[in-house]
Amino acid sequence: MSNAMIRSVRGLVPMMRCHLVCLMMVLGALTVSPSPASAFSDEELRIAADRLAGDGANDKIALINNMAADGDPRVAPILEAMLDGRLFLRKTDQHVVIGEKQGSIWRHIDVVSGDVAGESPASGLEKLRVNNRLRGALRDALGGLNLFSLDIASRRAAVETVMGARDPSMLPLLVRAIERESDETLRNRMELARATMALAAGVNKEERLAAIAALAGETTPQIRAVLSQFIQSADAEKIEPDVIEAAETALASVERRLGLWQTFGDLYRGISLGSVLLLAAVGLAITFGVMGVINMAHGEMVMIGAYTTFVVQQVIQNVFPAGSGWSLAVAVPMAFLVAGLVGIVIERTIIRFLYGRPLETLLATWGLSLVLQQTIRSIFGATNRQVMAPDFMSGAIEMSSGLVLTYNRLWIILFSLIVVAGIAAVLRYTAFGLQMRAVTQNRRMAGSVGIRTGRVDALTFGLGSGIAGIAGVALSQIDNVSPNLGQGYIIDSFMVVVFGGVGNLWGTVLGAFSLGIVNKFLEPVAGAVLAKIFVLIALILFIQKRPKGLFALKGRAVEA
Amino acid sequence: MNKKLQALFGAGALAFSTLAMTPAQAADTIKVGVLHSLSGTMAISETTLKDTVLMLVDDINKKGGLLGKQLEAVVVDPASDWPLFAEKARELLEKEQVAAVFGCWTSVSRKSVLPVFEELNGMLFYPVQYEGEESSRNVFYTGAAPNQQAIPAVDYMMSEDGGGAERIVLLGTDYVYPRTTNKILRSYLNAKGIADADIMENYTPFGHSDWQSIVAEVKTFASTGKKTAVISTINGDANVPFYKELANQGIKAEDIPVVAFSVGEEELAGIDTEPLIGHLAAWNYFQSVESDANSAFIEKWHAFIGNDARVTNDPMEATYIGFTMWAQAVQQAGTTDVDAVRQAMYGQQVPNLTGGVAVMNTNHHLSKPVLIGEVQGDGQFDVVWATDDTVVGDAWSDFIPESAKLTADWTYPWVCGNCENPMY
Repeated sequence: MSNAMIRSVRGLVPMMRCHLVCLMMVLGALTVSPSPASAFSDEELRIAADRLAGDGANDKIALINNMAADGDPRVAPILEAMLDGRLFLRKTDQHVVIGEKQGSIWRHIDVVSGDVAGESPASGLEKLRVNNRLRGALRDALGGLNLFSLDIASRRAAVETVMGARDPSMLPLLVRAIERESDETLRNRMELARATMALAAGVNKEERLAAIAALAGETTPQIRAVLSQFIQSADAEKIEPDVIEAAETALASVERRLGLWQTFGDLYRGISLGSVLLLAAVGLAITFGVMGVINMAHGEMVMIGAYTTFVVQQVIQNVFPAGSGWSLAVAVPMAFLVAGLVGIVIERTIIRFLYGRPLETLLATWGLSLVLQQTIRSIFGATNRQVMAPDFMSGAIEMSSGLVLTYNRLWIILFSLIVVAGIAAVLRYTAFGLQMRAVTQNRRMAGSVGIRTGRVDALTFGLGSGIAGIAGVALSQIDNVSPNLGQGYIIDSFMVVVFGGVGNLWGTVLGAFSLGIVNKFLEPVAGAVLAKIFVLIALILFIQKRPKGLFALKGRAVEA
Repeated sequence: MNKKLQALFGAGALAFSTLAMTPAQAADTIKVGVLHSLSGTMAISETTLKDTVLMLVDDINKKGGLLGKQLEAVVVDPASDWPLFAEKARELLEKEQVAAVFGCWTSVSRKSVLPVFEELNGMLFYPVQYEGEESSRNVFYTGAAPNQQAIPAVDYMMSEDGGGAERIVLLGTDYVYPRTTNKILRSYLNAKGIADADIMENYTPFGHSDWQSIVAEVKTFASTGKKTAVISTINGDANVPFYKELANQGIKAEDIPVVAFSVGEEELAGIDTEPLIGHLAAWNYFQSVESDANSAFIEKWHAFIGNDARVTNDPMEATYIGFTMWAQAVQQAGTTDVDAVRQAMYGQQVPNLTGGVAVMNTNHHLSKPVLIGEVQGDGQFDVVWATDDTVVGDAWSDFIPESAKLTADWTYPWVCGNCENPMY
């Protein structure tokens, strides 16, 4: 298919269909001296805003840049509204207004005065649509404008945008902003942004060398890009060889430091994957590790936990909307109870008849996992359910080196450690934990001293399942809440438990984290598919060498 | 459910069996087979298509049926189990004697039933976008071929309006569709002057949920200063964690746009799309397209399914077009005989829900328009680009040298799905 057959739905109009107004504005932008408080008359601003509803991406981008060029404080709210999809064309008089939703009514805010100028239902307004290209242009333009914002946070963000955009036409704005800036760290940041632009646009050798020296101390991917682009284009632009050499040295040192961060990032992601594996496996460490039950329906307990989270969230949203931020906190004990009860029912009705017959247990629990999946599918439907992320779990800590630590993963790492600590405490300090350990180590002896082994079995299985349910709460934040949720974790869980050493909690912890870290260090080199295969092969070889895993449990009657 | 439970325990609890929906057999009906997974991994996508066929059957029956007979849908559940697809297909064709089958989603399930349809001379309507490189006498492909989805999408991403991408990341799930599509795309990109150093290709297993490293890798790849775009052939469940990770790591569509070929309205239903605004998808249909035919279709769907929140998507339209064409061809042929209906299918026209007319070509692929949409905050797509006219589906890609030579044409004198020269 040829390009000629293709047309842009929106960009039907030939490129520069500049009206008189547009022309006037271009001229205006060229002649008006920088830094008047308001560069536009009210009328000019209204006409410019109305033209944002016109056709042609190129026209609109030129218009946006013109509007932003003079630092008129009234322009930023208009462009921000357009970027957020709050800028509308009012159908009655074809003027552009900012819309503000008040229940089912939209209030119209005048773009010039900023006052409320009427209201209508949603049907009275037509949203000004933006695509990625416009969005990028808007953001860059706003970056330039916000350099003069009164709010230091938005100035800080603006500098980063300007640095990312690397548009030499912003240099004059930046120079003006540096003169005005009172905050020292921010001014240094602006100087750095200027250096990135000066490198390309610099007029003489000294300026370039100074720019390179300023950039060499930074550790960000943007600086690496600036330097490598500069080196690539250096020959064509006849840059002096010693400048190129300086740039190359600077690039090498930036890359070395970025490489270190990269390694740190891999380590963090490995720990994060490890924490997910740990959560999924720690319940299994109890049912399989302690009781020796090969529970193929373990993943479905995780899924039940995730669906419990969904239901809890729905109920809280409908009954007590103000508390919806706390729904995960409520979901944790609920998921434990629901999954734990299901686990006890399964143990009492199926598994207890199959003790000592691993093959039958495997088949029965596998069948059970299918039954549970289909039951959930019949109740909730086959499509994914959406579990909302609370605010404290959205977003990330972004470091300038490009390393991103997402909050949801950080919380899950913390959560997994808390869960393990909780289990360890239950096993170590409670009577139930003592009985459980006694039954594990020597069932007959435990029975003869009066422990009701059957009851302990049921409760142990319930505990393992309940913990799987808790894992489901965490996994609902990073994975699909669908009937297939559990399937993805069952193999990994068994791997962790077998690797760590059956029946040993600390082995499970160490196993989960080491598998996670090894996986994440292999992934960038070998790809996700091969990394998994390598880990599996390494695990098989390891089990050949040490059939009992990292930590073999020493007990007299473990095998009995 | 009872039936299923019995089957499950009966079969050693290892496989699901029929979800038989055959009521008391009416004496004189035309049977239509529905071969979509209602359990297992693919149930998430395929259940909707089963309901779509049932709705269309219902619709025709209300209008008095076909050739004076009522239609009867025979629904089976292949349970996302590829060999079971072949068994169920055989059951539909041999035991139930269905006139046509509507079914399959993944390419591997289609490949699994293909020999059965060819052996028993059945007729399958396949409603999902796929990797091409196939044309069977017994299959009508109503989803998009690569030249109706992947190639125009790449063109758009490299165009000025799409951001002018110069570096491309090809992310995919590790199976036949992404690998074949990316093979085609790589040679297309090379032809467009993008060097291999500017292309990153990465495959992940089905249901991959830990996207941290890969998203970080994409970020690094995109930080060289050249505009980078991601072409995603990630399939099924893996998409939700992928988009969540994108959002959490703060990758905005204006920095690194992601255009997906397997993500539609249905897949977005499980995600908060607010942070994903501006990421794209290429399809032949979007629910948001305003047309009378589309609003009527959506209204009918909501009434049938009894839930106004349910979305429509591209494979549903493809099912609708395939089904309507089949009904027209049966009417025209005056019989449900497969060979007669096949002849009547060629040149059959059905109005698209988005405007224009879909035509069945002799290579068993449709002519359809191509649309590219950006994700909106409400989980819908906003069309930002569309082809002027319909695009003829190409069974064999022009960008793979060994395929470029092949022709698929099931009319005289070719009568062949993969020939270099006509048969006659």
